[in-house]
Amino acid sequence: MDWSPLLISLATSLVATAVTLVTGLAAAAWRQNRAGAGAALVDGIFILPLVLPPTVVGFLLLLLFGRNGPLGKLLLQFGASVVFSWPATVIAATVVSFPLMYITARAALEQVDPHLLQAARTLGASEARIFREVALPLAWPGVLAGTILSFARALGEFGATLMLAGNIPGRTETIPIAIYFAVEADEIQRAMAWCAVDVGISIVLLGGLYYWTHAQRMRRERWGQH
Amino acid sequence: MTLEVQIEKQLAEFTLDVAFRATETPLSVLGASGAGKSMLLRCIAGLERPDRGRITLNDRILFDTAQRVGIAARERRIGMLFQHYALFPHRTVAQNIAFGLHDLPQDEQAARTAALVSRTHLAGLEQRYPRELSGGEQQRAALARALAIRPEALLLDEPLSALDTHLRGQVEAQLQETFASFRRPALLVTHNMEEAYRLGERLLVLARGRIAAFGPKEEIFRRPPSSEVARLTGCKNISRARANSEAPSRRLTGLVACASRKCRPRRQPSSESARTTLIFWKLRAKQRASKTFFLAGSYAHQKRRSASRCF
Repeated sequence: MDWSPLLISLATSLVATAVTLVTGLAAAAWRQNRAGAGAALVDGIFILPLVLPPTVVGFLLLLLFGRNGPLGKLLLQFGASVVFSWPATVIAATVVSFPLMYITARAALEQVDPHLLQAARTLGASEARIFREVALPLAWPGVLAGTILSFARALGEFGATLMLAGNIPGRTETIPIAIYFAVEADEIQRAMAWCAVDVGISIVLLGGLYYWTHAQRMRRERWGQH
Repeated sequence: MTLEVQIEKQLAEFTLDVAFRATETPLSVLGASGAGKSMLLRCIAGLERPDRGRITLNDRILFDTAQRVGIAARERRIGMLFQHYALFPHRTVAQNIAFGLHDLPQDEQAARTAALVSRTHLAGLEQRYPRELSGGEQQRAALARALAIRPEALLLDEPLSALDTHLRGQVEAQLQETFASFRRPALLVTHNMEEAYRLGERLLVLARGRIAAFGPKEEIFRRPPSSEVARLTGCKNISRARANSEAPSRRLTGLVACASRKCRPRRQPSSESARTTLIFWKLRAKQRASKTFFLAGSYAHQKRRSASRCF
């Protein structure tokens, strides 16, 4: 059996989650001290991929990165093309998983007592240090939950990936796409095998998350929060 | 060492509009809840921005709308003790105290932290998390953390309100000790007149964003300049007097007679405003005996006998 869909799926999800973690956190931190119509509009744009059907997201990405799209043209000047390549699977997975990271990170950061941040300010700490040493450690459980959700979403991404990256075995064929095409080709055995792999990954992931949060909770008892 | 504040800030229900100067002697800011006390501290610390005005600390301009100066909170070097202490829950006591010493070399951080730990009687608790401390210990840890940056001024927001009654005396002593060695402007916000009196040398009474009284605490407690201040400084029996010039009651006449002899009326009712003028009577402190309900004192039931503070 060809294991490439597993490797592609894992690599795609890991890279997408890493990108999402950094950008989602940055966006959430940026949004923290802002209010008003502009910020609300930005919110809407950030969360859009969550509510749009993945095919719509995929189609919009295709327009953006295609030969005549603004980003596609730009990339072409450097001799690069994204569509129907492995980076396309990463882009699709990142875009659809970003809102989950953004929403959970924002909620977690908002939970941090603002007096702690103000105390840090009066003690001479820079905003970057306050984020790193006060806000982030206290918001970490929420941020981690967002990371797991994003990873799960990236792993299950199908529609946008198919639109933007297609189905090239060994390059862009992720597990969900492999399952779809296996079923379509009447290869039930293969489809079932991939389903089992997906279920296995999910169980390990969720079990690990549960175990980890439990351990964290024991440690955080001392801090007085859960 | 002087802190000069002259600021205006529009709040939801009134305008905070104050101007005062604090020197080395601790200043108590007394006011009812929502009088703008905390906002005043937050403006000085740089956590809120006043609409207009000027704040200077020694020779440094911290804030000035005319000169468009607004120093960030982190550069003001003003220690602030928050009402609920705001200790970092994920850092131990020692790590909390050392938070503001980030830029110093490790050994100096350790030395300063150790000195503060012993000064605030926290020895042995360095490795505990704030959650594992009692209220009084948390307060001392927060105080040590604020003092660690060697602030040029100290602001305390209701430092005793979160404590059990039996701890207050102990913590008060600690604060008095701190003030005695601090010798820099220290502002203490409270709604409790006893705390204000015991911990401050001078007193600033804030009512709906404005200064209702400012001066030496004894003076204000003995002779509150208005009924509002009288109430905040603990007078419970305050009566309004209405003079009726057309048919002066015997009681009022008697009182005026009494005033001319022993007491000094704060404001003589003029003939045209006599009907509605409030008359506040000030008795000298030694003047104990009185027979009238025009007195304000903390002993409501003893109106015939003595009133500790009259005006």
